[in-house]
Amino acid sequence: MVEATLPRRAGLRAGLLTAAALLAGVPPALAAGGALGASAAASASASAAATVPFQPPVAVPTAADPALEARMLAITGELRCLVCQNQTIADSHADLAVDLRQQVREQIKGGMSDEQIRRYMTDRYGDFVLYRPPLKPTTLVLWLGPGLLLVLALILLTVVIARRAKLADDRFEPDPVLDDDADDAPRAPGADLSARPGASA
Amino acid sequence: MKGALRFLVPLAIFFTLVGFLAVGLRLDPREVPSPLIDKPAPDFALTRLDAPAQTLRRADMLGKVWMLNVWASWCEACRDEHPYLVEFAKTRAVPIYGLDYKDQVEPARQWLAERGNPYEASLFDGNGRVGIDFGVYGVPETFVIDKQGVIRFKQIGALTPQVLADKVLPLLRKLNG
Repeated sequence: MVEATLPRRAGLRAGLLTAAALLAGVPPALAAGGALGASAAASASASAAATVPFQPPVAVPTAADPALEARMLAITGELRCLVCQNQTIADSHADLAVDLRQQVREQIKGGMSDEQIRRYMTDRYGDFVLYRPPLKPTTLVLWLGPGLLLVLALILLTVVIARRAKLADDRFEPDPVLDDDADDAPRAPGADLSARPGASA
Repeated sequence: MKGALRFLVPLAIFFTLVGFLAVGLRLDPREVPSPLIDKPAPDFALTRLDAPAQTLRRADMLGKVWMLNVWASWCEACRDEHPYLVEFAKTRAVPIYGLDYKDQVEPARQWLAERGNPYEASLFDGNGRVGIDFGVYGVPETFVIDKQGVIRFKQIGALTPQVLADKVLPLLRKLNG
């Protein structure tokens, strides 16, 4: 990792900028060099960084075909890895995920559509691998549940407010008297302030 | 009455939540129901671990009920499972075939030599492609496949004597009966 050769702060910034530069298509060495300059001006600790020769990142995947790689990542980014279940197949370093990414690459080369590839995965591992579960009878509660809960809550809220609006004033406890000492317990108006231990003349 | 409700309703909601959480604790998120149950076993043609010149195919297995046990010499849990398989093989309840998943030939052969070989044959799946077709994601896994080549049972993780007695044996009786 490139961060290891740099002080912590500069390394983090350089890493972030490198990632941003890769997305924007700027050569990473340029962007990271800029980051070093910027952080050298910003912090004293980075002055040491200026003496460390910048090394180009080595962890960037050198895919033979960036378009294929992008499509593979787009597909596997929506698929759950079976081994570490909170990661996508695109993210995971599990052996199976590495194999499945290779499988997807070959399937793309073989001309399979995204839909066919997803189908290939669900045929083997079930809907569980899909981070976006399909809408079907067994997943109706999943899809509609939150909306229903929201509607129910709104109805309940409306009913409660409407009821309380009709109640007479004496059904409510009187509002506490607010003054500067908002954190104090409510007390009767006109209470003697000087009697309290905290108050000074 | 109204006063009582004020306390009973939150209490009821609380116990409902506790109930959900208690059930959730008992569920194993690693046990993903396989979509392959009651589906035809995927096609395969693999060489035998002990005789690389011989190939075994799905079609060769039709007409008998058989068990496919996915194992590997690098797999820790397989070590715990193996003695049960060796014992189970002695009962001759079902022919057990191995799928040696993402393994190397020599360590795998040595593993069987040391621990005993419960398998009629082990299919050598060095690159794991057949494993993927069987939806394998946690070795060991075990499948029971019927005479028509349909997968009828899948165990994710190690077999235990209890699983064999409670699930596998009754199923075998049904499939063979």
